[in-house]
Amino acid sequence: MSRKTLPQGALDATDRAILNALQEGFPLSPRPYDEAGAALGLTGAELIARLSRLREIGAITRFGPFFDAAAMGGAFCLCALSAPDADFDRIADLVNAHPEVAHNYARDHALNMWFVLATPTPEGIGETCARIEAETGLTVLQFPKLEEFFIGFRVAA
Amino acid sequence: MMLDQTDRRLITATQAGLPLVDQPYAQIARDLDLSEAQVTHRLAAMQARGIIRRIAIAPNHYALGMTANGMSVWDVDDAHASALGQQVGALDFVTHCYLRPRARPMWPYNLFAMLHGTTRAEVEEKRAQVRALLGPALRADDILYSTRILKKTGLRLKGD
Repeated sequence: MSRKTLPQGALDATDRAILNALQEGFPLSPRPYDEAGAALGLTGAELIARLSRLREIGAITRFGPFFDAAAMGGAFCLCALSAPDADFDRIADLVNAHPEVAHNYARDHALNMWFVLATPTPEGIGETCARIEAETGLTVLQFPKLEEFFIGFRVAA
Repeated sequence: MMLDQTDRRLITATQAGLPLVDQPYAQIARDLDLSEAQVTHRLAAMQARGIIRRIAIAPNHYALGMTANGMSVWDVDDAHASALGQQVGALDFVTHCYLRPRARPMWPYNLFAMLHGTTRAEVEEKRAQVRALLGPALRADDILYSTRILKKTGLRLKGD
């Protein structure tokens, strides 16, 4: 994922309307771009062209179905640990070596390493945490989601 | 909730994204040797079962100028946490908002909200708005800025 910011004026009002509208959902009809475009005053072809460009310039990271690992029988869990500064990179390598680690961020807190585990079964979370604890000698705290409040992200139209 | 082989092929075929062509579901159907109706019915069924949360766009916050991102965390009275979480999640600058278990004594916070802004000052301003919204139910809070991305991969399905 690009961490570069697009130059001012890279997006026009229509691009921003697309970014806002398509976060809500997308039709499962035979010509879904025609249908989604109509709501935005665009033809299907115009919407496709704009989406291609938005993807090309990196304004969107993904466009498509978002899958829920938990509903597929798997599990997701946010985890954190405190890595000593001097040992931080080595610990990060040990954690990242697990394919179950989907992403991992360094954060400025006593709990300085935050990662998300995605496993094919719910038991996989505890098993992976146990392996990481054994390898690093550090305690892994688990923060599974109890409830989710999703609305999305709005760009100024 | 089991997925059959065809569902798994559909997931594999679409997890990188939906084709940008007039009839994307017909194209997926051709690629997988299915009918278009099979593709849309199965996608609809997976959506109904919650396996697909939604078919949608994911904006790149960084590219859109939202370069300051903080994980704000809040210790909110349990009796009000669910109702207040809903309100925090509805704020337009909050992307992900979750209720999670505390891990006392190290971690007293139960509400997590990702805040995005163009600068840290802007994120702090938004954090103040969340604080005001939580009112007397709030006992303590903190914010954790990410200093480095150590790893980032998409969803990976085991190919069984």
